[in-house]
Amino acid sequence: MSTENDPMAEIRASFFIECEELLEALQDSLQIMDDGAEDGETINVVFRAVHSIKGGAGAFGLDALVRFAHRYETVMDEVRTGRMEADVAALKVFFQCADHLSDLVRHSRDGGADPAEQSAALLTRLDALLGEEGGSAEPEPEPEIEFQPTGLTLDLAALDDAPMGDLSDLPDLPPLDRLPDLPALSGVKTYTLHFAPEPELFETGNEPFMLLRALQELGTAHVTCDTSRLPAQKDLIPEQPYLSWTIELETEAEESEILSVFEFVEGLCSLKLTGAGEDAGSSELPDLSPEILPAASPTPEPLKQAEPEPVSPAPPPAPTTPAIAPKAPPAKAAAANTPAAVKSVVRVDLDRIERLVNLVGELVINQAMLSQSLEDANLPPHGDAISGLEEFQRLTRDIQDSVMMIRAQPVKSLFQRMSRIIREASAAVDKDVRLHTEGEATEVDKTVIERLADPLTHMIRNAVDHGLETPADRIAAGKPSEGQVKLTAAHRSGRVIIEVSDDGAGINRPRVLQIAIDKGLIPADSQLSDSEIDNLLFLPGFSTASTVSDLSGRGVGMDVVRTAIQALGGRIAITSTPGKGTIFSISLPLTLAVLDGMVIDTAGETLVVPLNLVVETLTFCAEDVSMIRPGQHVVRVRGAFVPVVDLGAELGYRPPLSNFEGAVALLIAHENGSRAALLIDNILDQRQVVIKGLDDGFFRAPGIAAATILGDGQIALILDPSDIINNAAQPPQERLVGASA
Amino acid sequence: MSLNILAVDDSRTMRDMIRLALQPAGFTVHTADDGLHGIDVLDGIEPDAIITDINMPRMDGFGFIDAVRGQEQHRATPILVLTTEAAPELKARAREAGATGWIVKPFDPAKLVKALQMVAG
Repeated sequence: MSTENDPMAEIRASFFIECEELLEALQDSLQIMDDGAEDGETINVVFRAVHSIKGGAGAFGLDALVRFAHRYETVMDEVRTGRMEADVAALKVFFQCADHLSDLVRHSRDGGADPAEQSAALLTRLDALLGEEGGSAEPEPEPEIEFQPTGLTLDLAALDDAPMGDLSDLPDLPPLDRLPDLPALSGVKTYTLHFAPEPELFETGNEPFMLLRALQELGTAHVTCDTSRLPAQKDLIPEQPYLSWTIELETEAEESEILSVFEFVEGLCSLKLTGAGEDAGSSELPDLSPEILPAASPTPEPLKQAEPEPVSPAPPPAPTTPAIAPKAPPAKAAAANTPAAVKSVVRVDLDRIERLVNLVGELVINQAMLSQSLEDANLPPHGDAISGLEEFQRLTRDIQDSVMMIRAQPVKSLFQRMSRIIREASAAVDKDVRLHTEGEATEVDKTVIERLADPLTHMIRNAVDHGLETPADRIAAGKPSEGQVKLTAAHRSGRVIIEVSDDGAGINRPRVLQIAIDKGLIPADSQLSDSEIDNLLFLPGFSTASTVSDLSGRGVGMDVVRTAIQALGGRIAITSTPGKGTIFSISLPLTLAVLDGMVIDTAGETLVVPLNLVVETLTFCAEDVSMIRPGQHVVRVRGAFVPVVDLGAELGYRPPLSNFEGAVALLIAHENGSRAALLIDNILDQRQVVIKGLDDGFFRAPGIAAATILGDGQIALILDPSDIINNAAQPPQERLVGASA
Repeated sequence: MSLNILAVDDSRTMRDMIRLALQPAGFTVHTADDGLHGIDVLDGIEPDAIITDINMPRMDGFGFIDAVRGQEQHRATPILVLTTEAAPELKARAREAGATGWIVKPFDPAKLVKALQMVAG
């Protein structure tokens, strides 16, 4: 990393990472408030997030960010102190501000389009909120005045120039006879200070000695200690200030500079500054038998002397809560909001992990080759070499799992982005929409998460735009006017299932069918099942909105979504119930790098089937198979009939089998629970294979997901059995359409 | 003069910056993420001065100062408050809680060093 040698750049980078975390906390807490589940801490989290972003931004001179955050913070402070109520309208603005804040952060980090224009609009809305509440209605002047961001320069060498920069070299206080020749100095003035501490000065941890020494730094100080109020020792209360000092200060410093020494003790002492005036050097040293500084403070350390007395050497009462204990989780969000602060985290460049992942991939191939050559060597099956290899396989798998875990990330960040999409989309079409999320902690490979953002955005927009009815229609249908969109993630049988569902009107199938026919996507006389009609949405160029709306009608259809999901090795399915809503279900592999595969043989071709889809393997008896129509067979598996798909024929390797006696098949499970028997010739092996993506340069053959290299160096295609089975289920004329998709 | 400093701030960026400002001046910097954590860390060290933020989760700066002042050996330990606001009422409140002084964020490293030397020698 190029930032390694520049501590400031590194802190800046880490500031932006922290900003992401703060923005996430901000979103979460606003969401909790929106759900009405906040407790007293929620608004504080919101306030602190904005506050911390402002604080950091100030240090880096990010003025625009500071200005916006400052005003946002001011409003949140009003809410925090109960002077303003966060009602629905206000929360809407807060959400928008949070979104904008995150835009500003990104702009500060990455450059690009300056979102400043929007700042002005949102600031106006924030001000309007303040105005309505009347709490602190007086419009703030320019916020910069109150909070002046100064770019932080870490020119530490400048310390040396500071008036009292390096006290470590502070010489012992000069004896009086070494006074510099005053007249020789121009601009030297003499001030007289009278300084008498109050008790509070000590209570705040201030120390007269330090102050006097700081004065000494400004010039030459003649310090006289007035000990007249000092009582007899027996009456002495160590924490009472008995001493006062008169200081004759000869300095070039201005009065303000002298007073700044006493900034922290202002009000905690009596301080009189008189004098000034050019000093010709004629002033006699005062007659008051001046004492130099160190001698002046025999007692100014009263607290320290007092300390040994109390008989409590025991450590202070421990805080009742151990510091590591997570804070009381705020209401409902608790489950998803495991405090991250407790974990210790290392930041690693993604490139390094990619490299590791690739190496593990190579290791898996290498191990497969080794295993192949051992097999070829005809070694005894229980020999050392074979069992050693098995151990090797186990280790390889463990390494691989661990590496994958490094890249795994909760989908939460992705879901949060979607909640913003919902807000923007619903505002654009004037619908009230509430987003529910579930399973935010589900971990998915980081690269998958990144590549899911676009398709998911599109699906969410679709749900808001097409899925949900207008508020009026909803009320007419007896539903609450506010539409619900649900986004869930879960691990299911080795895959990640992400669902986008809405409680809208469901797919209008007659209309979808009509549009597809009108656009010539399917023949006019097509007889399609409900689910086939639903799947028409995935055809290229399909758009159901009669007027292209601002939202989803950007020439991007669900076909693009499907292509993107397929590129991730995933599948997408639709379930729709008229009047109840639509569910889009995405099923993704956990990782893009390696899969457990069953190596099979069909018509002399070696192919790989993802093992997680194989429920069991079957050997047919002729009497179990029945033909339901020409070319379509079912097989009885434990009392249930399952469609038979002849793989060799589907892929065009050979004509369909006619005699099923003794044929081998894989029972394949769909995500939706349906099953099919995939007829193959032979099962060769079961092993991990490294997925090698087929470049865009290849025609995307339906049913083929990717390729891999086997142990003997042979290349084998990895199948997508669900795709094959779906294709097989379609009438032939449909297949053409499907293939061109 | 090498000072032993405890810096309490919930912002990692701010902790990093404090460290970056103070370490070159020869200070030893201990950090804590919030008030409660600060008290925990304080248990094992003897700081010459403490820097604390005000807005923090679990225990804020005021609570932290209060707790520190409640410990006999820290009744006079200098405590500087980091604040983004120079508002007089914030200063007054910090002082009431027992703070020695304050630093307005964003701070200038030289000023921070100077202020620490000012209160802690």
